[in-house]
Amino acid sequence: MSTRPIATTRSATGIPTGKLAVWWVVGSEIVIFGGLLASYVMHRLGHPEWAEYASHTNPWFGGINTFVLLTSSLSAVLAHHAAEHGDGKKAAKWLVGTCFGGLIFICVKAVEWTIEIQHGYTITANGFWQFYYTAAGLHAMHVIAGCVIMLIIANDARKGLELHRVELIGIYWHFVDIVWIFLFPLLYIAK
Amino acid sequence: MDVAKQGAARVGDDPLNGIDMAEAGSVTVDTHEAHGHEAHHEQSFWSKYVFSTDHKMIAMQYMFTGIVMALIGGYMSYAFRMQLAFPGESVPGYGLVSQGEYNALVTNHGTIMIFWVAMPMLIAAFGNFLIPLMIGADDMVFPRINRLSYQIFFISAVVLIASFFVPGGGFGGAWTAYPPLSANAQYNLTPLGATFWIVAVALEFVAFLLGGINFITTLMNSRAPGMKMYDIPMVLWMIVIASILFMASVGPLIAGAVMLFMDQVIGTGFFDPNRGGDPILWQHLFWFFGHPEVYVVLLPAMGIVADVICTFARKKLFNYKLILFTVFATGIISFFVWAHHQFVAGIDPRMANVFTVTTLIISIPIAEMLFLYIATLYGGSIQLTTPMLWALAFIAEFLIGGVTGIFLGASGADIYFHDTYFVLAHFHYTFFPIAIIGFYAGITYWFPKMFGKMMNEALGKIHFWGTIIAFNCIFIPLFILGAAGQHRRIYNFQNFPDLAGLQDMRVFATMALIVMLAFQVVFLVNFVMSLIKGKPAGKNPWKANTLEWTAESPPPHGNWPEGLPNCYRGPYEYSVPGREEDYWPQNAPPDTAPAE
Amino acid sequence: MLQGIYEFIKSIFAPIGDFFIGSLVPVGSSFASDIDSLIALVAVFVGFWGLLAYIAFFFLIFRFRRKDGQRAKYVTGEEKDLKRWISWPHAAIIVCDVVIVFMAIMVWYNIKQRLPEADATVRIVSQQWAWNFIHPGPDGVLDTEDDINTFNELHVQEGMVYHYELVSKDVLHDFSVPVFRLKQDAIPGRVMKGWFKPTITGTYDVQCAEMCGVGHGIMGARIIIETPEEHAAWMSQNKGQLASATTR
Repeated sequence: MSTRPIATTRSATGIPTGKLAVWWVVGSEIVIFGGLLASYVMHRLGHPEWAEYASHTNPWFGGINTFVLLTSSLSAVLAHHAAEHGDGKKAAKWLVGTCFGGLIFICVKAVEWTIEIQHGYTITANGFWQFYYTAAGLHAMHVIAGCVIMLIIANDARKGLELHRVELIGIYWHFVDIVWIFLFPLLYIAK
Repeated sequence: MDVAKQGAARVGDDPLNGIDMAEAGSVTVDTHEAHGHEAHHEQSFWSKYVFSTDHKMIAMQYMFTGIVMALIGGYMSYAFRMQLAFPGESVPGYGLVSQGEYNALVTNHGTIMIFWVAMPMLIAAFGNFLIPLMIGADDMVFPRINRLSYQIFFISAVVLIASFFVPGGGFGGAWTAYPPLSANAQYNLTPLGATFWIVAVALEFVAFLLGGINFITTLMNSRAPGMKMYDIPMVLWMIVIASILFMASVGPLIAGAVMLFMDQVIGTGFFDPNRGGDPILWQHLFWFFGHPEVYVVLLPAMGIVADVICTFARKKLFNYKLILFTVFATGIISFFVWAHHQFVAGIDPRMANVFTVTTLIISIPIAEMLFLYIATLYGGSIQLTTPMLWALAFIAEFLIGGVTGIFLGASGADIYFHDTYFVLAHFHYTFFPIAIIGFYAGITYWFPKMFGKMMNEALGKIHFWGTIIAFNCIFIPLFILGAAGQHRRIYNFQNFPDLAGLQDMRVFATMALIVMLAFQVVFLVNFVMSLIKGKPAGKNPWKANTLEWTAESPPPHGNWPEGLPNCYRGPYEYSVPGREEDYWPQNAPPDTAPAE
Repeated sequence: MLQGIYEFIKSIFAPIGDFFIGSLVPVGSSFASDIDSLIALVAVFVGFWGLLAYIAFFFLIFRFRRKDGQRAKYVTGEEKDLKRWISWPHAAIIVCDVVIVFMAIMVWYNIKQRLPEADATVRIVSQQWAWNFIHPGPDGVLDTEDDINTFNELHVQEGMVYHYELVSKDVLHDFSVPVFRLKQDAIPGRVMKGWFKPTITGTYDVQCAEMCGVGHGIMGARIIIETPEEHAAWMSQNKGQLASATTR
């Protein structure tokens, strides 16, 4: 693409187009996770015995991951702050830091799941575990996708290009974080 | 086009449009306006037709894919209707229809016609073509996401068609895919077909989510300077509201599709009652999307009809704002009616009462919308061109679809009508006007703009009358059959002694279907012949107001290379008193009007 | 009081329902005429308003067809005297909707939410792709020695109130008897309860009305509604054994 269409430069609402689109993406993701979690909650209410299954989850792993994700969100905020001041290099550094948080999250998750699967709690074990793996797995995929996009943006930002995108990926990352804030109590704490 | 140039030059000055320049792009507006599209003269075949990011080319890709899928869906209906009319006999052009094939044909006929015909042709093709042109922009705001959306859609179509050729054959568990049948190969006997089906549907959803975000943001942000909320042509409002409805309703079903896929492939039991799952959960997820989906495809068709009617009645739309509010009301209420598909499906019977009330409430804004359309005709100067005939036929036929819905929304009557041919005839009286009549109204109206040639009116009218009469001959007998207790998705009614005697009506409906399909050849001939040797259309053959008619036909890359237009008034200022012309284009500055 | 209003409105529309639906399918259960009357009521309401809309529609097309030298009127649709052409039908629709909702809920309540005292209970077991009917036998109680188990053939007695217990062994099915105007999905893992009271005699179709796989199109059965004498004779012949299917 040599030039952008003029359409992309307009802003009749006053909100930048990219930001508007990210909010719509977040909106459509909310209903996806909303549908899944509502299904889970309905089943939990209908199956008191699932509380016993849920007691086999390890809140320590979940807690550590909550902490890691919240920290990475802070890093995303700092990246946005740097980008607003036009400091692409610094923004890129904070973005890579955020990514590192995502990586730790995935690693903790991998260890946690390995242990659980070794104990026989596989996805087909029962109703609770199928929701556990599906919801957390869908969320983990969002974490991975967010990390990949973030690295691409960080690479641009390092060269001082497309700095407005630092904020956009930040919005997305906060959303992924908030999904986890819902998942953690629902999957680990509620017993 | 001096006017347009002035308008374009103003873009940079406009406080709203000038905002965020540093963020949105590194080029300044002025150089951009002047040289934005001159680098695109030489394009290879691949980059022009296949990997194009131009909204008009993507619209064409969607439209032709939709037409091909419509032909496939029509062929399927031919095969299974022949089996019903002449059970057990070899169908010319298909062969013997086995029971499993029959189920796969009806299932995929429904799936294709809704997800691969109505959606791409109404929302994606017209949305892509019209949104930038009608708001005076040169393209969508995310051209590459737009291309990605089509590519995913194309793959989804390939996956769906491939499902017919895998071992076990195509999925035959109805387009609603209720588990446990759809979740378990042991029950549906199509292990691969069912999985391909759910993957194809999920991909299609992703394609339309991407496309929808593009549509919404483009309409919100890229309007021509001066185009206010109530200056937006109704068809764009409707396409964008439809996209929002889609986005807000499809999420749970995407989650449901993931669960169904895992039930099929990994062996989880989300919908398996033997392992703590709940088959009714799928029905809720499906219909929570499925009912708003009706309005997702209805609204674009309603919008097309609004624009066509105004142009050919030379009238302002009757109470634009009220129509818009009925659309909002319909959109919101459509999220609270889904369980009327499940009255006898084993939900708590008390819930049926709630959903009866909400369902009858939604009849109010929809009926009001139709009244407003009919009222638009009042005082007009109605010219019965082919697009106008289609638009009027939409109202006449959809009215039948609408009123027969009341029978089904009334829980007591639905006990009898549920899953009979009455339901089938009812939703064909809604979906046929939407997907087919709405499409024909749009294509005959915008064909001159799309291809720069006029379509043949005589052939257009032959096609119109043949299609409309045959359509009614297919489905009116099916209402009667439904009232007689004939239920859906049955391979051979000779197995049911009470129903076997009504065979004449089935044969009649099948014959009418063949006639209707044959008349579609007239359209295809007209389409191709007009492309080759139709009269040149000029910029504005219908003397219409909206901005797309100020561009060349067909619009070049960038739509208005000489500068984008401004907007000064609403889209439907026809027959304004005191003006010599009976139309007043949106881009014409006010000072050109005679001072009165 | 509500029941009285219901009966009054029903009595107006019952003959129409009997004429339209009753001429296509026999009226075979105590509540069939309720459903027919409701259908007739909706048909009259929407038929009347639909017809008016069509008259207005075609009249406007004809009256305002294009004539040379005549311009269209400039109307925004926000004029008070024109708006009432929309607001009055709007009010009329609301009134009609209220009546339809009332009648629909009353019919629904009587058929699906209420369970009148039963004279006998039958168990209906659906599976891919057949129906098993377990009749209580002469003692009128299920799960006793004299139960009669039949295949694709349901025997009931005219004038008796039956409860049914509908279950499924595999996928969703739907127990549909058009002459009764009755329909109920069968769901694996659940027992769906309901009732019917046959009012005529004869042999009629039972259909599966929910897509249930390859054989859905052949999953039919017959319901045989007998007089008390015939039914007693059939029971004494078959009690305590797995009755063989005599038809089909």
